Amino acid sequence: MNLLQTIESELLAARERKSVDVRPGDTVKVWVRIQEGDKSRLQAFEGTVISIHNKGFRSTFTVRKVSSGVGVERIFPASSPNVAKIDVMARHKVRRAKLTFLREVQGKAARLKPILKK
Amino acid sequence: MNEMMGLVGKKVGMTQLFQDDGTVIPVTIVQITPNTVVQIKNAATKDGYSAIQFGLGTKKERLVTKAQAGHAKAANTPAPEFLAEIRVDEATTAKYAKGSTLTVTDIFKQGELVDVTGISKGRGFQGVMKRHHFKGFERGHGCHEYSRHGGSIGTRLTPGMTMAGIKMPGQMGNIQVTSQNLLVAKIDAERGLLFLRGGLPGAPGSVVTVRHRVKIVKKAKK
Repeated sequence: MNLLQTIESELLAARERKSVDVRPGDTVKVWVRIQEGDKSRLQAFEGTVISIHNKGFRSTFTVRKVSSGVGVERIFPASSPNVAKIDVMARHKVRRAKLTFLREVQGKAARLKPILKK
Repeated sequence: MNEMMGLVGKKVGMTQLFQDDGTVIPVTIVQITPNTVVQIKNAATKDGYSAIQFGLGTKKERLVTKAQAGHAKAANTPAPEFLAEIRVDEATTAKYAKGSTLTVTDIFKQGELVDVTGISKGRGFQGVMKRHHFKGFERGHGCHEYSRHGGSIGTRLTPGMTMAGIKMPGQMGNIQVTSQNLLVAKIDAERGLLFLRGGLPGAPGSVVTVRHRVKIVKKAKK
C-alpha cells in the first residue's frame, strides 16, 4: 500500500459512517444536514440511486428524483459529514450499474421491478 | 527577489478533506521528511548571494559519488537523495546552523498560504492546439491538412519578420512551475505531511519546494 492509500484508508476509518449500503436501483431517503445560522436541521432527498462511484473515502452516489415534472439529480459524497442518514426504502432489480437510461424515460417506462423479499 | 523561507518535499498525490460545514476541499499531499541544512550561502562570501541548501532523504551508499559524500560530510550528515536551495535573506540564514534538521511544523502552520514550485509533467513536443489552446481550423468544407494548424504567424513586408514570442508548437511541460497561494488545510506532524488546497505541478513522487507565499492577497481563500 502506498502512502496515499494509507492516508485515504485512515480517513475512511476515521469517518463517522462506517458503511454506505446503497445499490443502483435503490429508492433511498438521504437526510442532509442543513445549517441555518447557528441552527441545523435535516432535510430529506428521496429518489432512486442511479449511479455509484466507488473510490474508497472519495466514493459518491447519485440520487435522481422527479420533482414537479423536472428531473433532479444530486451527487452525495459518501463520506460527507452533511449526509446524516441514508434510509433505503426499497430495492429494485436492475441489470446495469449505471441507470442513466432513467433520464430518457418517464411514466410507466421509468418503473423498476421491486426485489421481492423471500 | 523571493526571500521566503520554505522546505523541500515530495508530492504524494491528491485526495479530499471535508470541512466542518461539509464542503469538500480538494487537497494535494506533500510529504516533507526532515530537511537537513547541508550548506548555508552568504552574499559576503564567494557565493555572492544568501540561501539555505536543504537535503532531502538519504541516498543509497553505492550511488553516492565522492563529491557528494564530501559535500555532505562538511555538514556532518549522510549524503541526501536530493538537494535544493531556498533563497532567503542573511537574517534568516543566520538563524539556522549547518547540519541541523527542520521539520514541517518548524516552518509551516495550518491555515496559512504557501507557494509551491516544482517541475511540471513533460508533454513532449506539442502542437498549438494543445500547447496554447488555439482553436485550429475547420474540418470540413474542403479543408484538409490544416485542421490543427495555427494559421498566420505574421504580416508581409512590414515588419517583414515573425515577431518574437509568437505562440508556436514546441516543448510543453517539464519546466519549472509555481502554484501560488495554496491553503495549508491540514498538517500531519508525525509523518511530515502537508495537505495543500488545490493541485501542484509535477507527477506524484516529484520533488517540490514549499515556501511561504510571496504575494499578499486581500482575501484568503477558504
